[in-house]
Amino acid sequence: MNVGPINSIISDLEVRAKEMRREMVRMVQIAGSGHLAPALSCADIVTALYFKVLKTNPRDPKDEDRDRFLLSAGHKCLALYVALAMAGYFPMEALNTFLQFGSTLGGHPDSSKIPGVEISTGALGHGLPIGVGMGLGGKLLKKDYKIYVLLGDGEVSEGSNWEAASAASHFKLDNLIGIIDRNGLCADGSISEVMNVEPLVDKWSAFGWETREIDGHNMQQIVSILENVPVKNDKPTMIIANTIKGKGVSFMENRYEWHNKVPTPEQFEVAFRELA
Amino acid sequence: MFDKMQVQAEALDSILIELAKNDKRIVTLSADMADRIIPKFARVYRDRFFNYGIAEQGMMGTAAGLALLGFIPFVTTLCCFLSMKTCEQIRTDIAYTNLNVKIFGMGGGLMYGTLGATHQGLEDISLMRGITNLAVMAPADYVETVHAVYSAVKHKGPVYIRVGRGNVPTIYPQGNIEEFEIGKAIKLHDGDDVALIATGVMVAKALMATEELKKKGISTSVYSMHTIKPLDEEAILEAASTKYGIVTLEDNMISGGMGEAISAILSNKKPTHIKIIGIPNIYPIIGSPEQLYDYYGMSPRSIVKSAMGMISN
Repeated sequence: MNVGPINSIISDLEVRAKEMRREMVRMVQIAGSGHLAPALSCADIVTALYFKVLKTNPRDPKDEDRDRFLLSAGHKCLALYVALAMAGYFPMEALNTFLQFGSTLGGHPDSSKIPGVEISTGALGHGLPIGVGMGLGGKLLKKDYKIYVLLGDGEVSEGSNWEAASAASHFKLDNLIGIIDRNGLCADGSISEVMNVEPLVDKWSAFGWETREIDGHNMQQIVSILENVPVKNDKPTMIIANTIKGKGVSFMENRYEWHNKVPTPEQFEVAFRELA
Repeated sequence: MFDKMQVQAEALDSILIELAKNDKRIVTLSADMADRIIPKFARVYRDRFFNYGIAEQGMMGTAAGLALLGFIPFVTTLCCFLSMKTCEQIRTDIAYTNLNVKIFGMGGGLMYGTLGATHQGLEDISLMRGITNLAVMAPADYVETVHAVYSAVKHKGPVYIRVGRGNVPTIYPQGNIEEFEIGKAIKLHDGDDVALIATGVMVAKALMATEELKKKGISTSVYSMHTIKPLDEEAILEAASTKYGIVTLEDNMISGGMGEAISAILSNKKPTHIKIIGIPNIYPIIGSPEQLYDYYGMSPRSIVKSAMGMISN
């Protein structure tokens, strides 16, 4: 079997993900602030979505037949901003304005200001209920687009997610796909110590979702599951992606303290070297 | 004084059924309260009604998702749950991006008197008034509710409508209002001495008080302030030209309510003697609505007393 072309797509995405990470680090260096480690955690998933999976058109961001991507964990917006700029929704130079006075690119995404952002997020636990609405509406309109919602694993504690979890399976929304960026850490420490959310696979399965666990940094696995959803007709899909907070920058990896900490000039040098 | 009593929620149900025929954008959601608020719509348009179960936050976020696709969702349950459980969804998911979601709350103020504070809509006007982009309405009766629903559908952006519960007096027996506009008060009575600015079910009480005051030789202006946000400044300034001042009437905690909003406008533009009547910032005791209105100084009798007090001062 010739797997050459597929392998080259995967390696292109991997190169792209590394480029995204470098750009995110650069943005935080300019801004002097930002949730870098959480964004590094989901960078591979967001890369796969914007450069392989989503049927969207940057020249027509409001195309009514487009797939929808909702970044429920809005603080990971560095990954979204870089992906949108690279995909052509707005010029790359705009990324230099991140967090600057009057910039469209704030610390949480604002859909009324940024082309390609579907809905403003930042308060956790809001993306999935909105995704349920889009799923219901898509069915009513007889559209075949899909709605992808990316959540943090700490965010899963929010009760509103579980209201939406029941509704999505009750309404048989197989056009709705959740992705949990499960890096195991929240702002105060390890999720298992702060407020345990496990067993995630069992919980989502019990709520009627087809649940799959993947390595959230393995591009092959990410693409392969995202291109094969829904896993079952009439059922929403939940992908639990095991990830590393701060992935790609060794001194940040798996350290909760880096939730929204900014590196020193020396640490920035290390980060750029590691992501070269 | 009022010959007819009607249920305000029934106005919503009938109008939505009528509008939904030609307007495919209209959908409804409820959190296990459809049978009490939109029973007919839920049966007639099964595919356009979503019962979310007892899960208001999820329901409100889902309404935002539907609005993002161009639908006009009407979200319905009791005022207390709508305004408090889902306050962040209303602000962040809906008002922040000015989405076209219409929020319809039943049981404002003391209408669920016997069920206690958990079920009373004591603070919804105060809470919703604080949310930018959100229009806040409290129609006085069935007829105003009909107009409020039509206006909400036409209005681009989110609207919160709160109504009473069960039968409330119909103050427009002719069944129609010639000019009804969001943000424009309706002047129901003209007088020189005192102005009564009322909202929601308090409008009927203001009219009853007006009859009593007339017998005492006091003439009052009465305004139905069906829209609490945006407030009709012009009507407020006109009311301020009465001889002795303004009494405001609302079935909501005084804290953060319509009376305080009117005071803020007047203190900036035309300092005026004002008396605010509302729920006096306490959790009410148990009782029927009428018993509680009387107990907390919100009955027509108390309104008469306040107006007279204003004159003797």
